[in-house]
Amino acid sequence: MSLKLTVNQKAVQADASPDTPLLWVLRDHLDLKSAKYGCGVGSCGSCTVLVDGRPVRSCITPVSAVAHAQITTIEGLSPDGTHPVQKAWQEVDVPQCGYCQSGQIMAAVALLERTPKPTDEQIDTAMQGNLCRCGTYARVRKAIHTAAGQPALRD
Amino acid sequence: MSALAGGGLALGLYEQPFRGAFAAAQQPPGRGGLSPHAFLEIHADGTVTIQSKNPEIGQGVSTMLPMLIAEELDVEWSQVRVEQAGLDERAFGPQFAGGSMSTPMNWEPLRRVGAAARQLLITAAARKWGVAETECSTDAGKVVHAASKRSLGYGELAQDAASLPLPDASTLKLKDARDYRIIGKPLPGVDNNAILTGKPIFGIDVKLPGMLYAVYQKCPVFAGKVKTANLDALRGMPGVRHAFVVDGKVKATPIVDSDPGMEPGIAIVADTWWQAQVARKALKVEWDFAAGSEAAPAMSSQGFADQAEKLLKEPAAHTIRTYGNAETALKTAAKIVEATYAYPFLTHGTLEPQNATAKFDGGKLEIWTTSQAPGGGRQLVAHQLGIAESDITIHMVRAGGGFGRRLMNEYMVEAAWIAREVKAPVQVMWSREDDIAHDAYRPGGWHGLKAGLDAQGKVTAWQQHLITYGQGQHTAPSADIGGDEFPSGRVPNYFIGHSTMPLWLRTGPLRAPGANAYAFVGQSFLDEIALAAGRDPLDLQLELLATVPDASGNSRLSGFNAERLAGVLKQVAEETGWRNRSRKQGTGMGIAAYSCHQGYCAEVAEVTVDAANRVRVNQVWAVADVGRQIINPSGARAQAEGGIIEAIGHLNLEITLAGGRVEQTNFTQYHLPRMRQTPQMHISWRITDNTPTGLGEPVMPAVIPAVCNAIFAATGKRVRSLPIMKSGFSLA
Repeated sequence: MSLKLTVNQKAVQADASPDTPLLWVLRDHLDLKSAKYGCGVGSCGSCTVLVDGRPVRSCITPVSAVAHAQITTIEGLSPDGTHPVQKAWQEVDVPQCGYCQSGQIMAAVALLERTPKPTDEQIDTAMQGNLCRCGTYARVRKAIHTAAGQPALRD
Repeated sequence: MSALAGGGLALGLYEQPFRGAFAAAQQPPGRGGLSPHAFLEIHADGTVTIQSKNPEIGQGVSTMLPMLIAEELDVEWSQVRVEQAGLDERAFGPQFAGGSMSTPMNWEPLRRVGAAARQLLITAAARKWGVAETECSTDAGKVVHAASKRSLGYGELAQDAASLPLPDASTLKLKDARDYRIIGKPLPGVDNNAILTGKPIFGIDVKLPGMLYAVYQKCPVFAGKVKTANLDALRGMPGVRHAFVVDGKVKATPIVDSDPGMEPGIAIVADTWWQAQVARKALKVEWDFAAGSEAAPAMSSQGFADQAEKLLKEPAAHTIRTYGNAETALKTAAKIVEATYAYPFLTHGTLEPQNATAKFDGGKLEIWTTSQAPGGGRQLVAHQLGIAESDITIHMVRAGGGFGRRLMNEYMVEAAWIAREVKAPVQVMWSREDDIAHDAYRPGGWHGLKAGLDAQGKVTAWQQHLITYGQGQHTAPSADIGGDEFPSGRVPNYFIGHSTMPLWLRTGPLRAPGANAYAFVGQSFLDEIALAAGRDPLDLQLELLATVPDASGNSRLSGFNAERLAGVLKQVAEETGWRNRSRKQGTGMGIAAYSCHQGYCAEVAEVTVDAANRVRVNQVWAVADVGRQIINPSGARAQAEGGIIEAIGHLNLEITLAGGRVEQTNFTQYHLPRMRQTPQMHISWRITDNTPTGLGEPVMPAVIPAVCNAIFAATGKRVRSLPIMKSGFSLA
């Protein structure tokens, strides 16, 4: 079945059944590989993308539910990695394996839209759905503060 | 200098500590060293492409290893581009990610690779100028002849240099550390930009023309076989191209192999992974659960615990090491301390599930894999599919985490097997449920401990009885303990032994195998002993470390340097004001130290525990001694941070069995640590004059007992069993 979607401000089409999770439409039909599969039950956050600016676990979101929404993936943040959050991540050298990082960044982008100068507590709450098996949490938090233009409150 | 396939090179210049385990070709002795031609290519514009030889699993070797080459080559790091090498151990030497070995195995050889390339460039320039080589030097990408004020960029010399014979590796001069411009700098990861822009660089991102996706459903009880399955119904579902049963290659053995290759199962192959997964959900399969082992379906965590309790009442069935007479010494001890410690099975939980992509072209096979041991994987595939290794090309792809899981290679066999069957390129990807159900788990265990103290509070006897999995004296993979386990050799009377129970489940290495459990046991028990002796646990440890080891056959202890462990303990004590620590109800500090994988690490943890017994780990101080040079301080710190978070995970996690199968199915039942559980971390290095060693594993083990000892300091309650929920605590 041919579905019309708006992804990274472009109109695209995908030949997928309406109950296919958005994650798999992005990965297997639109060749956008940034959103990852980690658990398939919305528990790890590595599939996080933005739907109308809000962070969404694309592994449990049927594509039919987002047919009329603006979907943003990390590929759409900037043409070359120069979004302030991407730059902060580079400055702090956040990634270890990197598998969770796309989800972390999209969740961070959404947080900073709503809360431009978040406290540590607000960051912990907003980011609690994003698992990092390697343990980059301290650097993720620091990078969010850096992107917000404020010094990290603790190292 | 063009990247030609290396050949005819001796690998003799560095040690291969795991000689038996890795099948690197032994070349006849020659001019020595690995060839720079395999590792680097200098382009006409002076930029350099360097091959990163080892699998990248997040431990940062794709940045660190090229730094070693670039430093001695003498180029600006900004001129370097890094590429992941393919598997070619004749050219690159052993290629694996495990044992924290990348640093110690490559520190010498890769610097020599860079230095050899630099020497070739000097020779080429000297010939061009008609001057003596000794009059030439290099400076960040150029060869310089000071006397005549001439210089040539590496780009201009590369072609000439490539045709010269390789220098004798033993004649190469390496830089003095004072002159380092790259080594010792906190350089950001070379793949950061790709990661931050969502480039398809992971195993599951591999996509080939005409590729199909497969799920491989195996029996929840290891090696169970298919009795019936509704494959006809599946074959009609959208996108499904094939559905078939595989008998597999697993043989029943008394101890289950950590990596037995192709297990029996059902392959479902479709146009997209999701379509294969949807078809799998419609699968109705009847298993013969006992096909691998009749006893298997009866196995349970409760059953193991009951058996362990019985075995602990008896003496150890097998002695691992003994000297003096611990039994007698205990009878005459002024004080005895006795305790049982226990810890559960754990799963690795790499965030990227296991996967591999395979493609046949005629009789030739290509595999794209995230394996930590690709050479072993190629051997396994060759053996199980009946193909020659020389017909298999391995492409190494970035892994979304390793932690030891990817030392096992069954997913490579699955992909190759299914690709061969369906005659198309295939990516097998495991669901999270597959990943948790079909791991080679960190084995659980029980330790019965008994220590004797004299009137001065010195330890006179130590008895340790490990209840573990195996058969007779043989233990399941990663379920063994060594005769050198601390404080072996440092107390006058010592015994360590084990008793085994049968297990029908795969076990295998998890980050810091053995150490990840035994540090918890030994360092917590020492804390108990210190308390009983009325002494500070720091003093008790330092006293044990200062003791000259027992002379009776300490061969496995020869690597352990007590002074280095004492050194990090003293440093962390100083950094934390340990001796003046406050003792307020509800907060506490704990200390522990451990040496593994050639590193030495001491930690102090500070926790608060509230009235509902919720534990918050506020701060962790870690002091690590991994030799004279931290190669990339940013990457090094990252490994220490990751190790600390991993340890905090161990406080909270368990895998349990019932009916022969694992009960937990997804992360909703296996609670890995989250951002709010991250402590403030203070990491420092104790620099000692020793060869640099790795950081993937050494920081993690002692954090667990440091936290548990801190919980005791805060509450007066001792954690002897993991996860901490078993003692009524939870992680806040």
